[in-house]
Amino acid sequence: MRPVKARVVVTLKGGVLDPQGKAIEGALKSLSIDGVTAVRQGKVFDIEIEGDDRDGARKTLSEACERLLANTIVENYTIEIA
Amino acid sequence: MKSAVILFPGSNREQDAARAIREASGRAPAIVWHADPKLPPGTDLVVLPGGFSYGDYLRCGAIAARSPIMRAVARHAERGGLVLGICNGFQILCEAGLLPGVLMRNASRRFVCKMQHLRVENATTPFTRGYAEGQVVKFAIAHGEGNFEADDATLEAIEGAGQVAFRYCDAAGRVDQAANPNGAEHNIAGVFNRRFNVLGLMPHPENLIDPLVGGIDGRPLFAALAA
Repeated sequence: MRPVKARVVVTLKGGVLDPQGKAIEGALKSLSIDGVTAVRQGKVFDIEIEGDDRDGARKTLSEACERLLANTIVENYTIEIA
Repeated sequence: MKSAVILFPGSNREQDAARAIREASGRAPAIVWHADPKLPPGTDLVVLPGGFSYGDYLRCGAIAARSPIMRAVARHAERGGLVLGICNGFQILCEAGLLPGVLMRNASRRFVCKMQHLRVENATTPFTRGYAEGQVVKFAIAHGEGNFEADDATLEAIEGAGQVAFRYCDAAGRVDQAANPNGAEHNIAGVFNRRFNVLGLMPHPENLIDPLVGGIDGRPLFAALAA
Protein backbone atom coordinates (compact mmCIF):
# COMPACT_ATOMS: atom_id res chain seq x y z
CA MET A 1 0.00 0.00 0.00
CA ARG A 2 1.30 3.44 -0.87
CA PRO A 3 1.56 5.91 1.99
CA VAL A 4 -0.44 9.13 2.10
CA LYS A 5 1.83 11.94 0.95
CA ALA A 6 1.35 15.32 2.50
CA ARG A 7 2.95 18.71 2.57
CA VAL A 8 2.84 20.91 5.65
CA VAL A 9 3.60 24.60 5.23
CA VAL A 10 4.44 26.67 8.29
CA THR A 11 4.47 30.45 7.98
CA LEU A 12 4.92 33.33 10.40
CA LYS A 13 1.71 35.03 11.41
CA GLY A 14 1.13 38.50 10.00
CA GLY A 15 2.76 41.22 12.08
CA VAL A 16 5.46 38.95 13.46
CA LEU A 17 8.86 40.42 12.65
CA ASP A 18 10.77 38.22 10.19
CA PRO A 19 14.43 39.33 10.13
CA GLN A 20 15.38 36.44 7.83
CA GLY A 21 12.74 37.47 5.29
CA LYS A 22 14.04 41.05 5.50
CA ALA A 23 17.63 39.88 4.88
CA ILE A 24 16.52 37.84 1.87
CA GLU A 25 14.56 40.81 0.55
CA GLY A 26 17.73 42.91 0.84
CA ALA A 27 19.78 40.27 -0.97
CA LEU A 28 17.25 40.15 -3.82
CA LYS A 29 17.57 43.92 -4.15
CA SER A 30 21.36 43.64 -4.31
CA LEU A 31 20.94 41.10 -7.14
CA SER A 32 18.88 43.73 -8.97
CA ILE A 33 15.84 41.47 -8.92
CA ASP A 34 13.40 44.32 -9.09
CA GLY A 35 9.84 44.75 -7.98
CA VAL A 36 10.05 42.61 -4.83
CA THR A 37 8.19 44.46 -2.10
CA ALA A 38 8.11 41.86 0.67
CA VAL A 39 9.60 38.47 1.58
CA ARG A 40 8.41 36.25 4.42
CA GLN A 41 10.31 33.04 5.06
CA GLY A 42 8.51 29.86 6.07
CA LYS A 43 9.10 26.12 6.27
CA VAL A 44 7.91 23.18 4.19
CA PHE A 45 7.68 19.60 5.47
CA ASP A 46 7.02 16.70 3.10
CA ILE A 47 5.61 13.91 5.18
CA GLU A 48 4.48 10.36 4.41
CA ILE A 49 1.90 8.61 6.56
CA GLU A 50 1.31 4.90 6.42
CA GLY A 51 -2.02 3.54 5.19
CA ASP A 52 -4.51 5.18 2.82
CA ASP A 53 -6.73 6.93 5.34
CA ARG A 54 -6.57 10.54 4.22
CA ASP A 55 -8.83 11.86 6.99
CA GLY A 56 -6.81 9.98 9.55
CA ALA A 57 -3.61 11.35 8.04
CA ARG A 58 -4.96 14.88 8.26
CA LYS A 59 -5.76 14.35 11.93
CA THR A 60 -2.29 12.97 12.59
CA LEU A 61 -0.70 15.92 10.82
CA SER A 62 -2.83 18.43 12.72
CA GLU A 63 -1.55 16.93 15.93
CA ALA A 64 2.02 16.99 14.61
CA CYS A 65 1.63 20.68 13.76
CA GLU A 66 0.07 21.62 17.08
CA ARG A 67 2.59 19.70 19.14
CA LEU A 68 5.82 20.20 17.23
CA LEU A 69 5.98 21.48 13.65
CA ALA A 70 4.55 24.93 14.36
CA ASN A 71 4.77 27.23 17.35
CA THR A 72 1.21 28.49 17.18
CA ILE A 73 2.06 31.57 19.24
CA VAL A 74 3.77 33.04 16.17
CA GLU A 75 3.17 30.58 13.30
CA ASN A 76 0.29 29.34 11.15
CA TYR A 77 0.25 26.04 9.32
CA THR A 78 -1.55 24.50 6.37
CA ILE A 79 -1.80 20.82 5.47
CA GLU A 80 -2.04 19.69 1.85
CA ILE A 81 -2.69 16.04 1.12
CA ALA A 82 -1.68 14.83 -2.34
CA MET B 1 19.90 21.99 47.97
CA LYS B 2 19.87 19.12 45.53
CA SER B 3 20.07 20.21 41.95
CA ALA B 4 20.23 18.75 38.48
CA VAL B 5 21.60 20.31 35.30
CA ILE B 6 20.06 18.82 32.16
CA LEU B 7 22.41 18.01 29.31
CA PHE B 8 20.94 18.09 25.79
CA PRO B 9 22.86 17.31 22.61
CA GLY B 10 24.32 20.74 21.82
CA SER B 11 24.22 22.22 25.33
CA ASN B 12 27.49 24.02 26.01
CA ARG B 13 27.04 25.98 29.24
CA GLU B 14 26.29 23.07 31.54
CA GLN B 15 29.69 23.20 33.27
CA ASP B 16 29.31 26.93 33.89
CA ALA B 17 25.89 26.33 35.46
CA ALA B 18 27.25 23.41 37.49
CA ARG B 19 30.13 25.51 38.78
CA ALA B 20 27.86 28.39 39.82
CA ILE B 21 25.61 25.97 41.72
CA ARG B 22 28.56 24.17 43.33
CA GLU B 23 30.16 27.39 44.51
CA ALA B 24 26.89 28.71 45.92
CA SER B 25 25.66 25.53 47.57
CA GLY B 26 28.83 23.54 48.27
CA ARG B 27 27.26 20.65 46.41
CA ALA B 28 27.79 19.64 42.82
CA PRO B 29 24.60 19.16 40.80
CA ALA B 30 23.78 15.93 39.03
CA ILE B 31 24.30 16.20 35.28
CA VAL B 32 21.24 14.49 33.78
CA TRP B 33 21.09 13.30 30.16
CA HIS B 34 18.05 14.45 28.19
CA ALA B 35 16.99 10.89 27.36
CA ASP B 36 16.59 9.97 31.04
CA PRO B 37 12.91 9.74 31.88
CA LYS B 38 13.41 10.74 35.53
CA LEU B 39 15.13 13.34 37.66
CA PRO B 40 17.28 12.11 40.57
CA PRO B 41 15.03 11.56 43.62
CA GLY B 42 14.78 14.62 45.86
CA THR B 43 15.80 17.14 43.22
CA ASP B 44 14.96 20.69 44.40
CA LEU B 45 16.27 22.71 41.46
CA VAL B 46 16.48 21.86 37.77
CA VAL B 47 18.68 24.00 35.52
CA LEU B 48 18.40 23.98 31.73
CA PRO B 49 21.72 25.40 30.54
CA GLY B 50 22.64 27.51 27.55
CA GLY B 51 23.89 26.25 24.23
CA PHE B 52 22.43 25.21 20.92
CA SER B 53 20.43 22.06 21.63
CA TYR B 54 19.93 20.08 18.42
CA GLY B 55 21.73 22.84 16.52
CA ASP B 56 18.61 25.01 16.83
CA TYR B 57 16.90 22.71 14.30
CA LEU B 58 13.23 23.47 13.59
CA ARG B 59 13.11 26.32 16.15
CA CYS B 60 15.44 27.11 19.05
CA GLY B 61 14.68 24.70 21.87
CA ALA B 62 11.84 22.99 19.99
CA ILE B 63 13.32 19.49 19.81
CA ALA B 64 14.83 19.59 23.30
CA ALA B 65 11.45 20.65 24.71
CA ARG B 66 9.98 17.30 23.54
CA SER B 67 12.74 15.12 25.05
CA PRO B 68 11.90 12.47 27.67
CA ILE B 69 13.42 14.40 30.60
CA MET B 70 11.16 17.37 29.91
CA ARG B 71 8.11 15.38 30.98
CA ALA B 72 9.83 14.87 34.33
CA VAL B 73 10.78 18.57 34.45
CA ALA B 74 7.13 19.52 33.81
CA ARG B 75 5.99 17.24 36.66
CA HIS B 76 8.68 18.74 38.91
CA ALA B 77 7.38 22.24 38.09
CA GLU B 78 3.77 21.14 38.70
CA ARG B 79 4.81 19.94 42.16
CA GLY B 80 6.22 23.42 42.82
CA GLY B 81 9.86 22.44 42.21
CA LEU B 82 12.23 25.14 40.99
CA VAL B 83 13.28 25.31 37.34
CA LEU B 84 15.81 27.78 35.92
CA GLY B 85 16.35 28.07 32.16
CA ILE B 86 19.25 30.16 30.90
CA CYS B 87 19.51 31.29 27.27
CA ASN B 88 18.78 28.12 25.26
CA GLY B 89 17.21 26.81 28.49
CA PHE B 90 14.78 29.76 28.38
CA GLN B 91 13.95 28.94 24.75
CA ILE B 92 13.33 25.31 25.74
CA LEU B 93 10.99 26.33 28.61
CA CYS B 94 8.94 28.53 26.25
CA GLU B 95 8.77 25.75 23.66
CA ALA B 96 7.72 23.30 26.38
CA GLY B 97 4.87 25.61 27.43
CA LEU B 98 6.31 26.03 30.93
CA LEU B 99 6.80 29.75 30.30
CA PRO B 100 4.72 32.19 28.22
CA GLY B 101 5.89 33.65 24.92
CA VAL B 102 8.54 32.70 22.44
CA LEU B 103 12.11 33.79 21.63
CA MET B 104 12.48 35.02 18.05
CA ARG B 105 15.45 36.01 15.92
CA ASN B 106 17.10 39.23 17.17
CA ALA B 107 15.53 42.20 15.42
CA SER B 108 19.03 43.38 14.40
CA ARG B 109 19.63 39.99 12.69
CA ARG B 110 22.92 39.90 14.59
CA PHE B 111 24.22 37.52 17.18
CA VAL B 112 24.89 39.68 20.23
CA CYS B 113 27.72 38.79 22.61
CA LYS B 114 28.46 41.46 25.21
CA MET B 115 27.92 42.64 28.74
CA GLN B 116 24.39 43.93 29.32
CA HIS B 117 22.75 45.85 32.14
CA LEU B 118 19.48 44.53 33.49
CA ARG B 119 16.96 45.94 35.91
CA VAL B 120 15.56 43.58 38.53
CA GLU B 121 11.78 43.89 38.26
CA ASN B 122 10.59 41.47 40.91
CA ALA B 123 12.81 40.67 43.89
CA THR B 124 10.30 38.63 45.87
CA THR B 125 10.86 35.23 44.26
CA PRO B 126 13.10 32.29 45.24
CA PHE B 127 15.38 33.25 42.32
CA THR B 128 15.64 37.01 42.78
CA ARG B 129 15.32 37.63 46.53
CA GLY B 130 19.08 38.27 46.72
CA TYR B 131 18.54 41.46 44.74
CA ALA B 132 16.57 44.63 45.42
CA GLU B 133 13.67 45.66 43.21
CA GLY B 134 14.95 48.19 40.67
CA GLN B 135 18.58 47.15 41.20
CA VAL B 136 20.73 47.36 38.07
CA VAL B 137 22.96 44.34 37.48
CA LYS B 138 25.39 43.44 34.73
CA PHE B 139 25.25 40.00 33.13
CA ALA B 140 26.71 38.63 29.91
CA ILE B 141 24.44 38.00 26.92
CA ALA B 142 25.31 35.76 23.96
CA HIS B 143 22.43 34.88 21.66
CA GLY B 144 21.02 35.19 18.16
CA GLU B 145 17.42 34.52 19.14
CA GLY B 146 16.51 36.37 22.29
CA ASN B 147 13.76 38.58 20.97
CA PHE B 148 10.95 37.85 23.43
CA GLU B 149 7.54 37.97 21.79
CA ALA B 150 4.05 37.32 23.10
CA ASP B 151 0.61 38.50 22.10
CA ASP B 152 -0.83 41.61 23.74
CA ALA B 153 -3.10 39.70 26.11
CA THR B 154 -0.18 37.57 27.32
CA LEU B 155 2.05 40.62 27.76
CA GLU B 156 -0.65 42.36 29.74
CA ALA B 157 -1.12 39.29 31.91
CA ILE B 158 2.55 38.78 32.69
CA GLU B 159 3.08 42.49 33.37
CA GLY B 160 0.02 42.61 35.62
CA ALA B 161 1.07 39.56 37.60
CA GLY B 162 4.66 40.73 38.13
CA GLN B 163 6.04 37.90 36.03
CA VAL B 164 8.75 40.02 34.43
CA ALA B 165 11.99 39.13 36.23
CA PHE B 166 14.54 41.29 34.42
CA ARG B 167 14.44 44.01 31.77
CA TYR B 168 17.26 45.19 29.51
CA CYS B 169 18.38 48.67 30.55
CA ASP B 170 21.39 50.99 30.46
CA ALA B 171 23.90 51.55 33.28
CA ALA B 172 21.59 54.12 34.86
CA GLY B 173 18.64 51.71 34.83
CA ARG B 174 16.81 53.39 31.96
CA VAL B 175 14.66 50.91 30.07
CA ASP B 176 14.36 52.06 26.45
CA GLN B 177 14.94 50.91 22.90
CA ALA B 178 18.54 52.11 22.94
CA ALA B 179 19.21 49.62 25.75
CA ASN B 180 17.33 46.77 24.05
CA PRO B 181 19.84 44.37 22.45
CA ASN B 182 17.42 42.14 20.56
CA GLY B 183 14.04 43.82 20.08
CA ALA B 184 12.33 41.99 22.96
CA GLU B 185 8.83 43.23 23.78
CA HIS B 186 8.87 45.56 26.80
CA ASN B 187 12.68 44.96 27.02
CA ILE B 188 11.91 41.63 28.70
CA ALA B 189 15.09 39.68 29.47
CA GLY B 190 13.56 37.12 31.82
CA VAL B 191 10.11 35.90 32.88
CA PHE B 192 8.58 33.77 35.60
CA ASN B 193 5.67 31.40 35.29
CA ARG B 194 2.48 32.25 37.14
CA ARG B 195 3.59 30.42 40.30
CA PHE B 196 7.09 31.97 40.30
CA ASN B 197 8.81 28.59 40.55
CA VAL B 198 10.02 28.63 36.93
CA LEU B 199 12.35 31.35 35.62
CA GLY B 200 13.75 31.73 32.12
CA LEU B 201 16.22 34.42 31.11
CA MET B 202 18.43 35.11 28.11
CA PRO B 203 21.41 36.59 30.02
CA HIS B 204 23.98 34.39 31.75
CA PRO B 205 24.13 34.89 35.54
CA GLU B 206 26.25 31.73 35.81
CA ASN B 207 29.10 33.52 34.05
CA LEU B 208 29.16 36.38 36.56
CA ILE B 209 30.23 34.64 39.75
CA ASP B 210 33.95 35.42 39.77
CA PRO B 211 35.62 38.86 39.74
CA LEU B 212 38.33 37.36 37.57
CA VAL B 213 35.93 37.09 34.64
CA GLY B 214 34.11 40.38 34.82
CA GLY B 215 31.92 40.60 37.89
CA ILE B 216 29.85 38.83 40.50
CA ASP B 217 26.35 40.12 39.83
CA GLY B 218 25.16 36.58 39.13
CA ARG B 219 26.08 35.30 42.57
CA PRO B 220 22.98 36.53 44.46
CA LEU B 221 20.75 34.45 42.17
CA PHE B 222 22.55 31.21 42.95
CA ALA B 223 23.05 32.16 46.62
CA ALA B 224 19.29 32.69 46.98
CA LEU B 225 18.56 29.31 45.42
CA ALA B 226 21.12 27.59 47.65
CA ALA B 227 19.96 29.26 50.87
